[in-house]
Order: sequence, then structure tokens, then C-alpha cells
Amino acid sequence: MNIIKELPEVFEEFAEQRQKSFLAVKELKDKGIPVIGAYCTYFPKEIAMAMGAAAVSLCSTSDETIAEAEKDLPKNLCPLIKSSYGFAKTDKCPFFYFSDVVVGETTCDGKKKMYEYMAEFKEVFLMELPNTQSENALVLWKQEIIRFKEYLEETFNITITDEDIRKAIRTENKARLALKDLYSVMKHEPAPITGQDLFKVLYGSTFKFDRTQIPLELGNLVKKIEEEYAAGKMQESKPRILVTGCPIGGATEKVIQAIESNGGIVVTYENCSGAKAIDMLVDEENPDVYDALARRYLAIGCSVMTPNPNRIELLGRLIDEYQVDGVVEVILQACHTYNVESLGIRKFVNQEKNTPYISVETDYSQADIGQLNTRIAAFIEML
Amino acid sequence: MNYVGIDIGSTASKVVVLGGTEVQFVLPTGWSSKETTETIKEKLKSEGVDVLSEDTKVVATGYGRVAVDFADHVITEITCHARGGRVMAGDDCAVIDVGGQDTKVILIERGMVQDFLMNDKCSAGTGKFMEVMANRLGVTLAELFDMAAAGDVLPISSLCTVFAESEIINYIGEGRKREDIAAGVVDSVASKVAQLSQRKSLPQKVILTGGLSHSKYFAEVLSKKIGQTVELTENGRYAGALGGALLAKEKKR
Repeated sequence: MNIIKELPEVFEEFAEQRQKSFLAVKELKDKGIPVIGAYCTYFPKEIAMAMGAAAVSLCSTSDETIAEAEKDLPKNLCPLIKSSYGFAKTDKCPFFYFSDVVVGETTCDGKKKMYEYMAEFKEVFLMELPNTQSENALVLWKQEIIRFKEYLEETFNITITDEDIRKAIRTENKARLALKDLYSVMKHEPAPITGQDLFKVLYGSTFKFDRTQIPLELGNLVKKIEEEYAAGKMQESKPRILVTGCPIGGATEKVIQAIESNGGIVVTYENCSGAKAIDMLVDEENPDVYDALARRYLAIGCSVMTPNPNRIELLGRLIDEYQVDGVVEVILQACHTYNVESLGIRKFVNQEKNTPYISVETDYSQADIGQLNTRIAAFIEML
Repeated sequence: MNYVGIDIGSTASKVVVLGGTEVQFVLPTGWSSKETTETIKEKLKSEGVDVLSEDTKVVATGYGRVAVDFADHVITEITCHARGGRVMAGDDCAVIDVGGQDTKVILIERGMVQDFLMNDKCSAGTGKFMEVMANRLGVTLAELFDMAAAGDVLPISSLCTVFAESEIINYIGEGRKREDIAAGVVDSVASKVAQLSQRKSLPQKVILTGGLSHSKYFAEVLSKKIGQTVELTENGRYAGALGGALLAKEKKR
């Protein structure tokens, strides 16, 4: 018998996914399944999936360990880097603890230098991510993906075949399509659910080890949302907000709360918690799986790339498809690449999309909630 | 019908009533927005305005806006200052509001807020900075401006209020003239406000509102730094409350 659950309960279940997977990861470990920890959207998880390993997201979102991190790292550094390092150093993150290897990429300056210190106490495999999207860059990035595969083969004494990778590509593409179907429900005006609930599911799904389950689970969820919507259950019509910029989650969900408690609704996330990580598929027809992976991952529109046209492309498309009334950019304190890029983003959003834009700089503390609310409330009043 | 705008700032609380009764007054916010709100309620009553009456619409704004439990609407100070600023400067202007704890630059085009900037988490470039320094020099804010006008600017390089205060203590220790220190203080705040303002291209008409809006000297220094005239406004400190009262009248729901 199928137990039908109410939507809020389903959203909470996804929100609890992270805690639940603390136990799940231990079970996997006990069964002898390798665990590979990663921080970034650039991590080609299909390679880890192809060897049957569990890939876990280590990206840290709480200020709990920042004080500890600041013993080694400068205070004026992005909180995401400090928190990640702090959790690693204090061994407070069970995912980090159970990871056989941690994979990092040479993304921003702060992160790559941090990995040097992390490597002193943990097995770190650093992938050299180019900072442009040229043909030469593609060659390098493909080599790096192959080098990563060879490293795994050697470390775990296994063989990863092209067919294994192809299978993983298909699985992950299906998961991406399911996630995309989910966030596409927000194209409705009025929106069917809150942006906060959408976020719980998107964020929770990154902690789902069995990627083959995602299409079914999310398919059911989308069906339920659409049925309820057709029956008239929906949000009030409110100014529709797109969130872009740095990765968010945990402490920085305060921005989503500030938007939604001051009269707006987040209809889409362009950042790593949303479309940036999900929108593009890996080409299943490409006979060279490494080439297919390299092309897909290198094309991610992150501000570490110069120039970074793909972010603009995705942003423009989302503004149109989701009938966006205003764009809120979240910049983590001392994140140079997103901070510098914000001028170009503002110009594009204001001038080419004729849409209001605001950027807010924040960190993992709760100290700026008053200011954040005033800024965002004023922005929404302006729309 | 009475329309009341209440602007609970970090330092001063401003009230404007439009409609049947027309009054305006200002009082110090003190340590409790809640208590100030009660005082305002009583004072309005003595003026014949009952905030709880059906015939009175109240808009609360300012950092203490949530403390006004009898408000019909709570609106941010950006929107209220913009509405009040329009009365003072027309539908295309910039409003620079130097407040007790933050400074805002609001750009208005065709009567709508087009964009705005606020200072970050720090109190440099706000009234609070001047207040701290005036206290250190043992003078009132008004005296600080008078002294500054007669002095030569001593550089205050730190942007942090706490560090800047110790710079001033050093100057005092060195026996520098109070006038010169005062000029340094005003110059420092004006520089910070100008930096914030210049992040946007300003329209021709720029007005100064908030607690410093009546200071001719401050407006002069600021105009020089920005490179265009920043006009004083007679009722500038009431801009937020006035905007609130107008919005109370215009709000449909």
C-alpha cells in the first residue's frame, strides 16, 4: 500500500536527507563501499559513480567551525572556505570523516590554497580546473578527468570501464532531468510552492547516494504538486525573485527567508544549489565519455571562468522562463570572483533584461539579519 | 481622516500627521523602541489623534518599525524616504539620507525608486560616527559643525569608528586644535558618504535628508566631494515620517 504523505512532510523529509545520510554513509562504509567527498559543482561525479563509490557533498554551510579555521586561515576569507576547512580540521563533519579521499578543484584562489593545508591531514586529490573555456582548456580538463579515473583505479585496485562511465552518465542525466522537472513547477504564476520548500528538496537531493531513486521520488513529488495546483492549492501572487551568485544553504538560507518573509517568492535558483548544477546534461551520444564529461563540466557558468558567458546565457533564459520580477545576487564575504562579476551581471540584468537587481554581501553569521531584511524588503517594495 | 507616519530611527523618532490634524514632532528614541512608541501614542492622543481609531491610518518605518504594534502598514525607510524626498525635490532626484546608524542613497526616477545603496555593517559615514566624535570632543553636534567650519582638516584615516576615536585621542594628546579635529571628523564622514553616492551616477537634483540635513557646512563639504550641489532640506529629518504619512494615505489595502 502506498502511504500518501502531505507535501510539507515530504519537503521536511528532503530537508532531513542530510542527517539521514550521516547514518547511510556509515552503513556504506561498513559494507566496504568507498566514499568520495567533494566540494564543488565541477566535481565529475559520474567517475565516482562508475566505480560504485558513494559521492558525498562536503560543502559547508555553518559558522560552527569558522573560529577554529581562523587559527590557520585569514579572517578576511570567504566563509565557505573557512567553514569547509574548519569542519575538516575539527573532524566534525561525518561525511568528511568517512571519505576515503577528498576531491578538490583549482577553482578560486582561496580554495586552492586551502586544499594545500587540508592535504597535510587528509588524502586530497586536486584536479586542475582551467580558468577559461578554450579548446586548450578542454584538452587539459579531459586529461584531468582521466587522471582522476586512473587515480581511483590505482588507489582502490579496480578497473573503471567506459561502459561503467556511460551507465553513470545515463543515471545522473536522468536525475538531472528529474530535478529540472521539479524546479520547473515554479514556472506557474502564482507559484505552487515556496522557494524555501523547493530549496529543501534541491539541497536534500545532493545527499542522496542512490542516484537511481531520484527520478521516481521526484516524479511522485512533481505529480503531487501539479495535482494540488490544479485543485487550486498555490501561493499568493507575489513579486517573483531569481537568486544568483555564490552557493547558498544552511546559514545563508537567511536570504531566502528574508525574501519570502518580506513579500517576495523565490521562483528559481541560478546558483550551484539550482540550475547551474542541473541545467546541462552530459552528451550520451558522444563516443568518447571523457570528452563528453569534460565538455559538460567545463561549460559550468561559474565566476572562476574568464570570460563567463554561460552564466549570462543561463541567467537570461531563467529570467524569461520564470517571469522573474527581480534578481537577488548573494555574494559571500570576500568572494572576489562573484563580487567583481556582479557589475557585469547587474548591467546585463538591468539593461538587457530590464529587470531590477540587487546584490547583498553576507557571511555565515546571523549578525546582519536586520540589515538584510531592510535591504531586501526595500528591494521588493520597489518592484 | 488622519494619516500618521512614524519613523523610529536609531537616534531620533520622527512623527508626521497629515489630514484632519497636521502636526509633526521629534523625540529621542532612547533605549527602547517599544517605550518610545508608547510615548508617541500618548503624545498623538494629546494632539487629538487616536492611533487606534478606524479614522487613523498609521505607517511605521525606520529600524524600530516593527515595535509599532498599532501600525496599519510597516514599510522600509527606503520607500518612505523616497516618498518624502519627492515632496521636497520632485519626481527625479537622489535622496542622500545620513541617519543615526546607516546612510542611504536613493535614486528616484519618474517618482519611482529606481535603485538604492546602503552602507555596510559599519557605522563610518553615519550620524553615529559624528555623535561619538562630538562626545569625545565634549561638544554637541551643532557645535561640532560650527567648530569644523573654523578649522583646517586633520586627516582621520581609519574608517572604523572605534579606531578613528583612538586617532582623535592621539590628536587630543598631541594638543591639536579642537576646530581642526572637528573639521577632520566632518571631512571623514562626508568622504564616506560621497564614496557611497558616487557608486551611482547621480541626477542633477540631489537633496540631503536625515539628522544632518539642516547643516549648511556639512552640505557644502559633501557637495565639494561629490562634485555637484547637494541641497539642504528644511524639513529633511522628517522625510521618512512624511513619506510614511503620504503612503498611509495612498495605500489602498
